[in-house]
Amino acid sequence: MTLMWILLLPLLGTMVPLLAGKGSRTTCAFATGVAPALALVLLLLQAPEVFSGETLRFFVSWIPLLGLDITITLDGLAFLFSLLILGIGLLIIVYARYYLSERDSMPRFFAYLMLFMTAMLGIVLSGNLLQLWLFWELTSISSFLLISFWWHKAEARRGARMALTVTGAGGLALLAAFLMIGDIVGSYDLQQVLASADQIRQHSHYPILLVLFLLGCFTKSAQFPFHFWLPNAMAAPTPVSAYLHSATMVKAGIFLLARFYPALSGTELWFVLVSVAGLATLLIGSYLALFKHDLKGLLAYSTISHLGLITLLFGMGTDLAAVAGLFHIINHATFKASLFMAAGIIDHESGSRDMRKLNGLWQFMPITATLAMVAAAAMAGVPLLNGFLSKEMFFAETLHQHLLGSLSWVIPVLATIAAIFSVAYSTRFIHDVFFNGQPKGLSKTPHEPPRYMRVPVEILVALCILVGIFPSYMIGDLLHAASVAVLAGNVPQYSLAIWHGFNLPLLMSVLAVSGGVLIYINRKHLFDFQNTLPDVDALNSFERGIKQFAARCHRFYQWLDNGSLQRYMTLVLLSFVLLAGLPLIHLTTLWGGREELPIDAVNGAGAALLLIGAFATVMWHRKRVVALLMISVVGLMVSIAFTRFSAPDLALTQLSVEVVTIILLMLALFFLPHKTPKQSESSRVVRDLSIASMVGVVVGSLSYALMTRPFNTISDFFLTNAKTGGGGTNVVNVILVDFRGFDTLGEITVLGIASLGIFKLLTRIPLFKPSSDGEGRPWALERHSLLLATVSQSLLPLAIMVSIYIFFRGHNLPGGGFIAGLVTAVAIILQYIAHGVDWVKERMNVEYQRVVAIGLMIALFTGAASWLFGRPFLTSWFDYFDIPVLGKIELASAIAFDLGVYITVVGSTLLILANLGKMTTAHRPVHKETI
Amino acid sequence: METLFASCIGFLTFCGIFLMLRGRTFPVMLGLTMLSYAVNLFIFASGRLTLRGAAVLGTSEQYADPLPQALVLTAIVIGFAMTAFLVILAIRARADLGNDHVDGKLPDADGMKRESR
Repeated sequence: MTLMWILLLPLLGTMVPLLAGKGSRTTCAFATGVAPALALVLLLLQAPEVFSGETLRFFVSWIPLLGLDITITLDGLAFLFSLLILGIGLLIIVYARYYLSERDSMPRFFAYLMLFMTAMLGIVLSGNLLQLWLFWELTSISSFLLISFWWHKAEARRGARMALTVTGAGGLALLAAFLMIGDIVGSYDLQQVLASADQIRQHSHYPILLVLFLLGCFTKSAQFPFHFWLPNAMAAPTPVSAYLHSATMVKAGIFLLARFYPALSGTELWFVLVSVAGLATLLIGSYLALFKHDLKGLLAYSTISHLGLITLLFGMGTDLAAVAGLFHIINHATFKASLFMAAGIIDHESGSRDMRKLNGLWQFMPITATLAMVAAAAMAGVPLLNGFLSKEMFFAETLHQHLLGSLSWVIPVLATIAAIFSVAYSTRFIHDVFFNGQPKGLSKTPHEPPRYMRVPVEILVALCILVGIFPSYMIGDLLHAASVAVLAGNVPQYSLAIWHGFNLPLLMSVLAVSGGVLIYINRKHLFDFQNTLPDVDALNSFERGIKQFAARCHRFYQWLDNGSLQRYMTLVLLSFVLLAGLPLIHLTTLWGGREELPIDAVNGAGAALLLIGAFATVMWHRKRVVALLMISVVGLMVSIAFTRFSAPDLALTQLSVEVVTIILLMLALFFLPHKTPKQSESSRVVRDLSIASMVGVVVGSLSYALMTRPFNTISDFFLTNAKTGGGGTNVVNVILVDFRGFDTLGEITVLGIASLGIFKLLTRIPLFKPSSDGEGRPWALERHSLLLATVSQSLLPLAIMVSIYIFFRGHNLPGGGFIAGLVTAVAIILQYIAHGVDWVKERMNVEYQRVVAIGLMIALFTGAASWLFGRPFLTSWFDYFDIPVLGKIELASAIAFDLGVYITVVGSTLLILANLGKMTTAHRPVHKETI
Repeated sequence: METLFASCIGFLTFCGIFLMLRGRTFPVMLGLTMLSYAVNLFIFASGRLTLRGAAVLGTSEQYADPLPQALVLTAIVIGFAMTAFLVILAIRARADLGNDHVDGKLPDADGMKRESR
């Protein structure tokens, strides 16, 4: 549970600044810091166990069937990253207190920051792939919010959009990779995934999976060719740049490389992809950094190059390289965060970040200058500072790899070149800003920042020095624990000593420093050369590309989605024919081995009538009334088929639904044209006929193949238990109200919703009353036939009685709530037809919406009543009673449920039909407020 | 019998699909109704055809499969709700758009195309 709190505290902390926003700025910052500080303490309390090599786990099962669990694991790697996230996060909060101006909304900023912190902690602490991915996306979103914090600036908005697009797209690729991993391993649990390394690597999908995975990592960690978003994200406030875009978020991709190192690395493909991307990023980043005049731009490209360096280390595949990579993660986070903060201070106190204007700041802010110089020296890899140590390890590793076969010697050379540029831009950072003459055209006179704004920088710089001088004392345990996690226990021997004697890596360092200084001194020539190259604005070309892509998608979409229903149906049907027809082709014979039943005269005649009815419907579909009569013949034959083939319940239902449907369509014809104009061209008819026949052939063959196959049914269970468990002999009804009662509850809910939707559609419909039929004949003046009125009136009690009978016998004999409800509804509709709305309304003024609601409530509460007896929802109960006159009768709670079904069916049917009927009268449904 | 039954299902599907591909709402509704007959018969047939074997305990030796029957029973009722919804939608569309084409506008007369409210 402690682990959970490490994650929950920052999440709760998102609320704190919003609540404390009314207080002073210091209060707000202080209150915000409480949650991460507590989380940090909790984290540090776990240190002894983690350092002894243990992996702490916290597990809550959520949806095990989908592999969705909440798992938090804390091992050395997670500990290292959590420490960076929480530790630097706290420093950033202090720093941001002084950085943000009065005009900025501090609560909003801190809330975003805490959200980001939670997301980042979520990534590193997740022990489940899907959970990890969720937090991964959350970092993209919170980073978007933070970059666009100054949303009034166009460049902030554009930069934020670009970052979100690139990292979001990578996130999708990562999700695909995770799903594939889950598919291969059979679990999303991190431990199991890491334990199934061989299974993943030997799988035929491994190359695709790896590319998708690396896309996710590289976009997040700004690796070439996705590095372009990072410099544009520098439009964010500097605390954000220091926190997200140097110390934490951009390391998330590298974290994943490290996290999945045991499972995915060790193959040729991994080495090539990761090391080449890393090497390219390292070179490009360090070269371009030199030419940036913006302080933050220089630092951004330098960050890119250092991220490339770490990626390259993980791509080399040796155990020592991985250790060096982890070491450099720590070092880079400390010196780069402090450099960004220093750049922010300079910007804040001098009003500019342009190195062409900023010169000679040493005299105005000596303390800040000293701090920045130390950090920049660490970045350049000067001895006695932390950057030197990991860079030295990096050089050593470049000498020990054989990635490119006989061309492997290129890598140390390129690494040295990158290091030379790294020294050059570090020198430029120091010399251009703090020396090199006097400031030019600054809007204000630079001065030292407020005392506490400098504290975070001081702490980080102190760490740079301490780690640089006492490496194993300072971070030996931490690094070892993280290495254990990454290398699955096989940590090689390594030494964190400062002095390894005169060797090749030292020579490379010396070369780098001297070469870098030399380049800096002669930088004018290089700048001239660089100026002759065309200036590519990544943001503009990116947005142009996106626009073109969107336009293409739009054109495609318009071509596909032209608004024609007939076209969509054609496409759907053709794909159906393809999907269902192809397997049929592979079937050698349709007949499945089951003997056919003989055809008797009644069935034959029924089938003939059905076919004739269907054919006539199609033939005369333009004469709508005729077609309606014909289709009712088909419906009748279908219900007869149900009777013949032992489904009396279905026959009854079909029959009553048939009546209701035909009345409904008849009513609809009042509002619709009575004839369909001939519009389809002959070619269209031929096309539709062929599509329809293809579907018909496929469906017909499918049903033949299905029917003639022997089968095993699960229904024996229902047959055996209907009487003993459900208390009824009509198994169909027992299934509906008892075994599958929950389904039925859903079903009647849908029915109720549909009828309410219809009620809503009918309100406020523009009134139009056709006074004649399609051919201009006026409607008959005699409104209600006397004969029908008389008969229907005497029929009503009879019909109600029949429906009650059907309802009660339904549990044991064909019948039940559905059928009884339909019979009742038909009887009442007959009254509407025979007497008109006014007559019915005088005698029975019911709002059918309420009836539907009551029916649903009864069904729901019957189900819920089982809870009172400590049983699951919808458990049924039954017993037998002797009741005078009726005799021995069985009462089951299922009857109450069936009553709910009955009432819902009556209410819904009447809500639909009565309201449609009322359309032509003064009782048409309207909104109450419009009356 | 099975051959005849399957042919009926196939033919009903054919008729239903052809009607559903028409351009006016009313034939489409007829087609949908026809298709629901076919689908209901298909689901029903998945329990195989049984003569004189209603799933009422104690009435026969060999019972028909009650599960597809229960499924089809609710399918019939839901099918009615769906048809009804479609019918009302068609009426509403006719009232709002002034024509009964499924796309809400007549295909060949762009000039006559009316804006929906």
